[in-house]
Amino acid sequence: MNTHVFWLSLLVFLPSLGAIVIAFVPKDRVELLRGISLVATALTFVLSVGAFLLPSSAMHFDTSAATMQHSFVLSWIPSFDISYSMGIDGISLPLVLLTTLVSLLAMGASWSVTKYVKAYCILFLILETAMLGVFVTLDFFLFFVFWEVMLLPMYFLIGVWGGPRREYAAIKFFLYTLVGGVFMLIAILMLYFKSDLVALAKVSDLNPNNPTPSVVWADLHLSDATTQALRDDPTNGGHPRHTFNLLALAAMGQHTDAFSPRWQYWAFLLLFVGFIIKVPSVPLHTWLPDAHVEAPTPISMILAGVLLKMGGYGIIRICYPICPHGGFDLAYVVCAVGVISMVYGAFAALAQTDFKRMVAYSSVSHMGYVVLGLGVWSATAGTAYNPDYWNMGVKGAMFQMIAHGISSAGMFFLVGVVYDRVHHRNLNEFGGLFGRMPVYTALSIGIFFAALGLPGLCGFIGEAFVVLSVWNFDYILAIIAASVVILTAGYILWAIQRVYLGPEYHGPHGEALTPSNLRENSIAGVLFVLAILLGVFPQTFVLRYMDSTIDRQVENLAQWTKTVKEPQLATPQAEPVDATADRHRGDEPRWFVAAEHPPNESWHDESWQADAPGQPSGSSRN
Amino acid sequence: MNLHDLVSQLVLDTKGPPQAGPWRVTADSSLGVFLPEVVLCAVIVLILLVRLPRWGRNINTAWLAFAGSLVALCLVAPWQLITDPAACGRMEIFTGMLVYDGFAVVMRAFLLGFLALFIVFTGLSGHPEKEDGPDIYVLLLGATLGFCLMVTANHFLMIFMAIEMASVPSYALAGMLKRERLGSEAALKYAVYGAGAAGIMLYGISLLAGLVNAVHLPTVAVELSRRLPTMDAPEMMVLALAVLMISVGLAFKLSAVPFHFWCPDVFEGASAEIGGFLSVASKGAALALLLRVAVGIGWIAPQGDLPGTRSLAAHHAVAPPERPTDAQRVSDSASPVPLAGNSQSDLTTTFVYATADPPLTAADPRAADNANLQQVRDYFSRLIALLAIVTCTFGNLAAYGQTNIKRLLAYSTIAHAGYMMMAVPAVLELLGSSPQDAPLAAASLILYLVVYLFLNLGAFFIVALVRNRQRTEQVDDYAGMLYSSPALAICFSIILLGLVGLPPLSGFLGKFAVFAALTDAFRATGAAYLMVLLLAGGLNTAVSLFYYLRIVRLMTMVPESESNRSVAVPVLSPDGLFVVLLTLPTALLIVGWQWLSAMALASTGSLF
Repeated sequence: MNTHVFWLSLLVFLPSLGAIVIAFVPKDRVELLRGISLVATALTFVLSVGAFLLPSSAMHFDTSAATMQHSFVLSWIPSFDISYSMGIDGISLPLVLLTTLVSLLAMGASWSVTKYVKAYCILFLILETAMLGVFVTLDFFLFFVFWEVMLLPMYFLIGVWGGPRREYAAIKFFLYTLVGGVFMLIAILMLYFKSDLVALAKVSDLNPNNPTPSVVWADLHLSDATTQALRDDPTNGGHPRHTFNLLALAAMGQHTDAFSPRWQYWAFLLLFVGFIIKVPSVPLHTWLPDAHVEAPTPISMILAGVLLKMGGYGIIRICYPICPHGGFDLAYVVCAVGVISMVYGAFAALAQTDFKRMVAYSSVSHMGYVVLGLGVWSATAGTAYNPDYWNMGVKGAMFQMIAHGISSAGMFFLVGVVYDRVHHRNLNEFGGLFGRMPVYTALSIGIFFAALGLPGLCGFIGEAFVVLSVWNFDYILAIIAASVVILTAGYILWAIQRVYLGPEYHGPHGEALTPSNLRENSIAGVLFVLAILLGVFPQTFVLRYMDSTIDRQVENLAQWTKTVKEPQLATPQAEPVDATADRHRGDEPRWFVAAEHPPNESWHDESWQADAPGQPSGSSRN
Repeated sequence: MNLHDLVSQLVLDTKGPPQAGPWRVTADSSLGVFLPEVVLCAVIVLILLVRLPRWGRNINTAWLAFAGSLVALCLVAPWQLITDPAACGRMEIFTGMLVYDGFAVVMRAFLLGFLALFIVFTGLSGHPEKEDGPDIYVLLLGATLGFCLMVTANHFLMIFMAIEMASVPSYALAGMLKRERLGSEAALKYAVYGAGAAGIMLYGISLLAGLVNAVHLPTVAVELSRRLPTMDAPEMMVLALAVLMISVGLAFKLSAVPFHFWCPDVFEGASAEIGGFLSVASKGAALALLLRVAVGIGWIAPQGDLPGTRSLAAHHAVAPPERPTDAQRVSDSASPVPLAGNSQSDLTTTFVYATADPPLTAADPRAADNANLQQVRDYFSRLIALLAIVTCTFGNLAAYGQTNIKRLLAYSTIAHAGYMMMAVPAVLELLGSSPQDAPLAAASLILYLVVYLFLNLGAFFIVALVRNRQRTEQVDDYAGMLYSSPALAICFSIILLGLVGLPPLSGFLGKFAVFAALTDAFRATGAAYLMVLLLAGGLNTAVSLFYYLRIVRLMTMVPESESNRSVAVPVLSPDGLFVVLLTLPTALLIVGWQWLSAMALASTGSLF
């Protein structure tokens, strides 16, 4: 327990410790400042790889375990049941490693930043802490705090160190994400106040009288004090016991009536909007091209490589497990959002003349695959609850997140390299870079091909998985999604042709086109090698870490579809009403009111089911 | 009851059992818990008198005021809420005119702690010059005394008097910058508006008194619950009108839209110091009073102890004073009822107290009466919700176009009053549906206020510092502050972003708590307007980002203009350290706010 607290906290806060050290370094020692930052990000990377992948480490990640590993819970704010808890599983581990890697590379790319280096380094390191925190935390409140903490450094990093329209881009980014955050906060509070550990304990193996527990209590990673309190007083004095624990909320969403279908529907919608702003999906994507174009190169790398993944992570970790009713009902909407983003992003990328803007729109298009893959809820009655295709879609989405993290960070870096030399990004004024910068061009073409989705490179696996899985869900969407590959090839090949090929460079500052240096080659080289490795050995490098976790999650949701959702759809019933809200407001519309148990119900007393014929989900409990 | 009994009860009420000694004031008597206010009065008199002898003119009265506020703060002893919650139980003091409970303890600690910090602020910013010092400190202490009465008032006459007691010094403070036309105009506007609002409120009180024959808050609730089921339409109309008019008086103190017009003018015309004082203390007291009135007329007050009885119980030798007999009680209801005989006309009736029942249990004898009050709660909560939405939205939109920093902050405080008011509908709705959650909702208001204290005091202190050095209060002149005075710019940025309510800064905690209260109320009742309120609060947060961030952007991203004098404030100077001191809670409270939350929760339990 204590080792987990120490190592996970160290992993998250190590960059911040670096920032504190930097705060005491004089601001004119530029090289020292950069050096300390690079060491801090490098240490974080080494720590993340060493702790989780070394077999001898105490924090070694067990790929066969599907549940949360190395988790800990410390009570933080008991009056709101907020805890300081973290853990790692197959969904978060690849993203943590991606974050530490991209941060390290982006810090390496930060030598091009020359003004206010001290402030830059501090903000950069705080940003890394926030990103890592989002991926490892198990507490919804803490998740939200980390999620929002990331806003401020990002605002300043774009707004101070960015291009000519940096302030506009920065505030646009800030505003979009803040609005998303507000929706998220509302959903978080909605879920928190409906959550009830008492009801969850009843269907879990904590209840000694429950012969068929549907929840393994130990998997929820609740604090010992909470567990003990529920053992001692299973009814909690007749009051619900709320929680912010993400795993417990997910179990409640799937195995209890704590969140009514309508409540889940709205919570899903609010959360989904919050997350797709981050992803970003059309039509909430417009901040992204501006932010990318104006952000300095390393920040673009972070933005594309990691920040966008937080949206996908939120959908897979929070939206679906906690609000399956919403996910099921909105499956088509989610998929449509994904496909529209893919198509729109690709067409928009084709139309750009700004190199960086084109890469930014390619991100919108590629992240569309992620949303599409997550939304493929193919485990329905029509497919005999076969979760295989959905499983494939979710894995494809996860893989796409990692692959896109590598290829898009690489692309933004490569654009930055040439921008540093010629100070423009107009696609029509490039050409002939192959002759002037051969190594750079070779790496570029490799990474661009990876983004294109060429088989053998990392971009292919995710796209193929997603498109294949969609076929089973809706073949029209699948056809559209598959044909986007053609558009992608179009804009990428066209860009390669305009920038790297051609006889000669005609644009401004031609004299500055010197071959790339060792630092640049090594950053692009690492990404290029990873793009190949992930493309050739996807199982070894990525998939085996996430397999069991995603299998379990999808299997659970498929089971939920079979036992809870489909029976409900088969016999449409009136919305259950809340017994406690039954008071002097008969004419009020009863919105989002869930079934609640009479407070003094004992473990075995199921008589309320007979009293309330509208109860939907007896089958899930028995 | 003969005269002797009456007097002995009065003595018991005022200073505790006579057996404790003729001069001894026991801790649980009316005077005992009123000591902080007594200290404030004493310091006021002292400051007034100290100027009379020749040697007294050299004394810096700031020290007297500071010491007085600290002594008063110690006498309030807010830590008792954690260490000895029983000592902070509900107790109606001075025959029911005021009430002492956990909420009163926390709010007075809030006001007095703020006063102490504020006196340091004035000392550092040097605003009341030496000759003005005594006047200003007397007015400040007097206003604070009024605020303390506002948060403890239990009787509509006391409410009115406390508001006046707080307002009159505020009017004078607003006009304290002599020779400033703008300040004088603002003070006049403030006074005229204040007088008008007070008149309307008094009219509302008289309507209510005429309707239910009582102005003692718990009695009003009891009477209302008794008569509401049989009230006819005209009576309902009068009641609605009375509540509306009382709300006008409260809304004026809160500077809620549409009664806010004085606020920006006063803040612009008065010095930054006075703005800071009014924005925190006046608003905090008004919000506490709003909660008291809302809960007071919407919920039957719990039984409390009689003053002096706790220490009387300690004196085993003495029999308790003669209690009214059972015949005088309403046996099946434990509500306080007026003594027989003079109940109908006497506005300051004394009450019969049954022994304290544990509140909020299923077998709460008040349940039936409280259910009768549902209509009052519904009406009042919708009224406040409407005011809150309008206030919040208007404040944020109006702040957007301001060029004067004090005017901008004035609209910002209006918007924040809107957010804080949102907690009150949540409390009222929860009282009707799941009363065990109401204390947490009420605690959100306290949490927000505490957070807001540091945010606003810090903001106004920085405004004062910049004014002292640059002689400007224009927003545009903050440009490039990061380069001339990095520490100040970073602290101000943290404060402004805290006002937005961004995590991890403390402003988020306040918003989180208030939004949580709203969500809980929405969950419990399903009333759609609560969701509207929640959405309005959330979207307003996003709107407010623009104008706060505009200042941050000016300070950090725009180069310094040539003409400006530099605002160098080194960290290691009294000014710099005070700025850091005020910023630290904003930046670090997220690490551990359980104590604050627990204290707020402990304090609100005795309200219901």
